[in-house]
Amino acid sequence: MSTDLGMPRLPAPGYPADVRARLEADAREVIGRYPQSRSALLPLLHLVQAEEGYVSPNGIEFCAEMLGLTTADVTGVATFYTMYRRENGGDFHVGVCTNTLCAVMGGDEIFATLKEHLGVGNKGTTPDGSVTLEHIECNAACDYAPVVMVNWEFFDNVTPASAKDLVDELRAGKQVSPTRGAPLCTFRETARILAGFPDPRRDAVDAGGAGGAASLVGLRIANGQDPDAPAASDAPKKGA
Amino acid sequence: MTAVTDPSILTPVLSASWGDKMPWRLATYRQHEGYAGLRKALAKHPDEVIQTVKDSGLRGRGGAGFPTGMKWGFIPQGDGNPHYLVVNADESEPGTCKDIPLMYANPHVLIEGVVIAAYAIRSNHAFIYVRGEVVSVLRRLQEAAKEAYEAGYLGKDILGSGFDLELTVHAGAGAYICGEETALLDSLEGRRGQPRLRPPFPAVAGLYASPTCVNNVESIASVPAIMNKGVEWFRSMGSEKSPGFTLYSLSGHVKRPGQYEAPLGVTLRELLDLAGGVREGHRLKFWTPGGSSTPMFTDEHLDVPLDYEGVGAAGSMLGTKALQIFDDTVCVVRAVLRWTEFYAHESCGKCTPCREGTYWLVQILERLEAGEGTEEDLETLLDVADNINGKSFCALGDGAASPIFSSLKYFRDEYVAHLAHRGCPFDPAASTVWASNLTGAQA
Repeated sequence: MSTDLGMPRLPAPGYPADVRARLEADAREVIGRYPQSRSALLPLLHLVQAEEGYVSPNGIEFCAEMLGLTTADVTGVATFYTMYRRENGGDFHVGVCTNTLCAVMGGDEIFATLKEHLGVGNKGTTPDGSVTLEHIECNAACDYAPVVMVNWEFFDNVTPASAKDLVDELRAGKQVSPTRGAPLCTFRETARILAGFPDPRRDAVDAGGAGGAASLVGLRIANGQDPDAPAASDAPKKGA
Repeated sequence: MTAVTDPSILTPVLSASWGDKMPWRLATYRQHEGYAGLRKALAKHPDEVIQTVKDSGLRGRGGAGFPTGMKWGFIPQGDGNPHYLVVNADESEPGTCKDIPLMYANPHVLIEGVVIAAYAIRSNHAFIYVRGEVVSVLRRLQEAAKEAYEAGYLGKDILGSGFDLELTVHAGAGAYICGEETALLDSLEGRRGQPRLRPPFPAVAGLYASPTCVNNVESIASVPAIMNKGVEWFRSMGSEKSPGFTLYSLSGHVKRPGQYEAPLGVTLRELLDLAGGVREGHRLKFWTPGGSSTPMFTDEHLDVPLDYEGVGAAGSMLGTKALQIFDDTVCVVRAVLRWTEFYAHESCGKCTPCREGTYWLVQILERLEAGEGTEEDLETLLDVADNINGKSFCALGDGAASPIFSSLKYFRDEYVAHLAHRGCPFDPAASTVWASNLTGAQA
């Protein structure tokens, strides 16, 4: 019986020449932002994840070569952080918060509902390659519990029913917008923003309002306004 | 329920512009005297800026409450080494949700604070290390930095002062431990995020072994108002030892969860009153004053002043002011198990007591929750927690021990009930949002 630890099999086949040239230019730009080149490793791992959807053996070799590190060094770092995938997954990463507060408020039920609805377990991907489901830790939106993150965008005050609708729309290829933030882009496009390359969509920065009712509640009470009024970002979102 | 607490106890400063149209834009920020504090700071000698922040009494808002001005003063001057300012925007402590909405609604207040702080400690390169799992926030930080460069608030010769500053917005990749400042520095150097042994402290040997100041988002974002409106104004809020305003984040079984900006020293009773109380038909059972790593409180602690001294004197820590409210439907064993699973998952593995101890705590809590434990397990829990607490490089281990110690202190009977009942006596469905009407939840 062989034991597969999920480590990359090296040497890797390498990127096609045109891809390699494009990535090298991007990588040099990222490296230029730091006083010491190794600091660029996390963004470069996001960059290679943007290329292939996961940190592939190609990606590991590329990062090592660009930064003068060993592939073992790069692998050691890549495997430490949960946002780097070791194998390809869906275009949409659906993360259900099951840390204590969200779990208690209904996150456990949402996660169980989605596992059954999608027919996958934790970290499983639907056969059509659209959705990878995972339970995640606290994502700093406890005042909107229970919270679901899709490609690291906020879906606030989720219920089992709204979670099912959400993944159905994703699987149907509809354009979906989060409660706060810009209309969803794919997992790979998201990874490129994380690498430090701003969203190319002109309206993305201004989409999604300043915060929902929970963000504004104290301010509204202080100003004598109705704290229960919907905020701009609470407006119902429709699939395109 | 009519609030008897006067809404005027709230003091929106950081959150003042959040109701405006596009408060994340530079134009909006300028309408709120944005970058006025920077102009005043640049007119002073850097040592004077540090003294002003020391005089204000501002204390770190990331959890530890260390005086911000004193931290800046630790950076050696005239040492010939580059200095670095690093903003800890890795907000990940369970329950904590203040920095993310702050940066999303008003990233410029953070950037203005960064320029002032960097000027004070004489740093020409600053970093904002933001957790990767919040792309909407990252987008706005990237855009705000771009706007600030174009307006001359970043880059060469800022506002004609001769001061230069580069700002790099850096996204993490998912690791709670990187909120610990030395692990954050290792991560920013492109390594696994594991805490360093101190001394040397980051002020002496931080990023690239150079003098480095690591500050929380809210601490840095509080500086522009102090510069602009002065020390006396800041000290008119809060208490002598815990002056100023801060964001309290209410979550859980409360009618109106959310961000409440108030002077330090406000009580949960007052905040709950403004928030419409605990959900109808239920009573407060337990709560955290500052995230899961701070020992839990009960309904006996409603009148504890929520400042560094008040919470400390009552046996917990102010932490991040993450007030997670749990009502009487919630099983405390389930809550503690889930937090403990989190600490076991997030332990970086460097120190044996934390790596092994959190693993064993989970094993014991799992069987206790399932009703398969014994009385002896309760002692073992305390023993293991005691062997983690204070015996690792960083505070993650201490944080893991907190819920164990405090839940056994206040709710030992409930652990015992799991043994007697041969299982959990609570129905998890009763705790959900949809089990009753909580505002904010839409089907």
